[in-house]
Amino acid sequence: MNKIFETPLYAYQRSPDQDAATPVRHKAIVVGAGPVGLAAAIDLAQQGIAVVVLDENDKVSFGSRAICFSQRTLEIADRLGTGRQMVDKGVLWDAGKVYFDDRQVYEFNLQPDTGYANPAFINLQQYYFEDALVARVRELQAAGAPIEIRGHNKVDAIGTHDTHVALEVDTPEGPYNVEAEWLIACDGASSPTRRMLGLDFEGRVFEDNFLIADVVMEADFPSERWFWFDPPFNRGQSALLHKQPDNVWRIDLQLGWDIDKEHEKRPENVIPRLKAMLGEDVEFDLEWVSIYTFQCRRMDRFRHGRVLFAGDSAHQVSPFGARGANSGVQDTDNLCWKLKLVIDGQAPELLLDSYSHERVQAADENITNSTRSTDFITPKSEMSRLLRDAVLDLSEHYDFARPLVNSGRLSTPCTYTGSSLNSADALNGPEVTRPGAACPDAPLGDEFLLPKLAGKFTLLTIDADAPDRIEEGGIEATRLALSVKDDLTLELKRRYLGGATSAVYLIRPDQHVAARRDNYEENAFRQAIRRATGKE
Amino acid sequence: MTDLILTPNIDNADDFYAGLLSVHEGLDPAQSDALNARLVLVLANHIGNSEVLAQALDAAALKGR
Repeated sequence: MNKIFETPLYAYQRSPDQDAATPVRHKAIVVGAGPVGLAAAIDLAQQGIAVVVLDENDKVSFGSRAICFSQRTLEIADRLGTGRQMVDKGVLWDAGKVYFDDRQVYEFNLQPDTGYANPAFINLQQYYFEDALVARVRELQAAGAPIEIRGHNKVDAIGTHDTHVALEVDTPEGPYNVEAEWLIACDGASSPTRRMLGLDFEGRVFEDNFLIADVVMEADFPSERWFWFDPPFNRGQSALLHKQPDNVWRIDLQLGWDIDKEHEKRPENVIPRLKAMLGEDVEFDLEWVSIYTFQCRRMDRFRHGRVLFAGDSAHQVSPFGARGANSGVQDTDNLCWKLKLVIDGQAPELLLDSYSHERVQAADENITNSTRSTDFITPKSEMSRLLRDAVLDLSEHYDFARPLVNSGRLSTPCTYTGSSLNSADALNGPEVTRPGAACPDAPLGDEFLLPKLAGKFTLLTIDADAPDRIEEGGIEATRLALSVKDDLTLELKRRYLGGATSAVYLIRPDQHVAARRDNYEENAFRQAIRRATGKE
Repeated sequence: MTDLILTPNIDNADDFYAGLLSVHEGLDPAQSDALNARLVLVLANHIGNSEVLAQALDAAALKGR
């Protein structure tokens, strides 16, 4: 049995900061060494920003928790240096079964999307992601990068100032004071940072409880996603069975709102439920059981002066669609390049407000999608149940009803429509690459497009001329010159040209499209760079 | 923009109506409700067009009448 989550990975060590006469001020401090906090820290360190991560614990997450990582997260993980490892370890799946009441209503096979370096999603325990991120931190440290994780460092008090944030941090050897020019709060749904600052967390759209169990079994269940609506072993609720690496199966049983958590969590109550679901003769070990309570809500804004909230501390959604950890990692992807420019004095602080605007839009999209799934899975009225059951009954007989079955819509990257960083669309091109969109990957012979766009402003030209580099107000954009002939599968043409014969894209360091035109026009692209960096 | 047809359009309207009643014969209210729900979904799929469907939702809610 795997006990990775019982091994301390960043044990407490005394820091020189604890003996400093006056508080040491760091460029950036991240609170929380979960997947979001670690992703933020690695991203900053890779850009040369000194960063300290404080965590009240010293281990990876207990239990599987987030188990499904989407293509966009894997693309970001590639940039952070952990993508390959995750895909190698993760379980790939493309088939599933949907059950309603006591019967299977249909099974599906997802057509693999071609022309992307990464799969649409993988199943992987959160602790493996965190473990890979910690290993990456160690690798960066070995290469001399300014990044540090401090275990058993619990933030006890926060003071906000115009120029910095002051922290009081408790350790096994007593408290010390430390300062940060910028604080990134990645301390989870019950964020102590948010509480200490007395900030809102609005909108309880929905509340529910899930019994989540990691079960180890040598079963010959296939690598499929099985979802039950209203099954005999969990009446009126839903259930999910999904495979993870190491013969660990994740089981989610919806319990409803009004339950006795301690009672439900006891093995003598959990095991009969699991037996009813898996069959009496299936042998299994219970590795981890938890009751997960969620609400759909978000902070009004994710930036409060020099404190930036990312991940569950800023927004919480239902688990349907794997939108928690995935959206948190995407928060950091949006934030870190902006913070780098602000710290380096190359962009105004205003640019950080666009982090809030863009990621609030993403959070709203996630809340909408996961609320719709929740409404389908747990109908709130008689008519809602009637229609839901009608969809499921029809899905048994007709293909047309299957797209209406909603057991979670998998996280896809948000297109920041209406962002102040976008320039008006000036290309008669495809929707998927309009300004604000995350660039879809595309094959380039033996290679792929996205790694060539990572971490800097890029002028992507497809069968169009442009200078090799332009600099505007200290921001440099370098050209990546491509032709539709570089991709014989024509995905590059389909995704970036559509009906156009040539295109020039300005692409942000987070691989989102800032501007596009059919040809290079110097003034337009200079203005686009200014807009994309909050200067216009 | 495609418009929802709100003028007479059903072939042999009386036959259709009789057919609609006949599929409900012998059903209890819950079974009839379920059948109606399935019928709505079957018809909605046939229409498909989101503008027409949005107008149909409004028409059925007697909005703007």
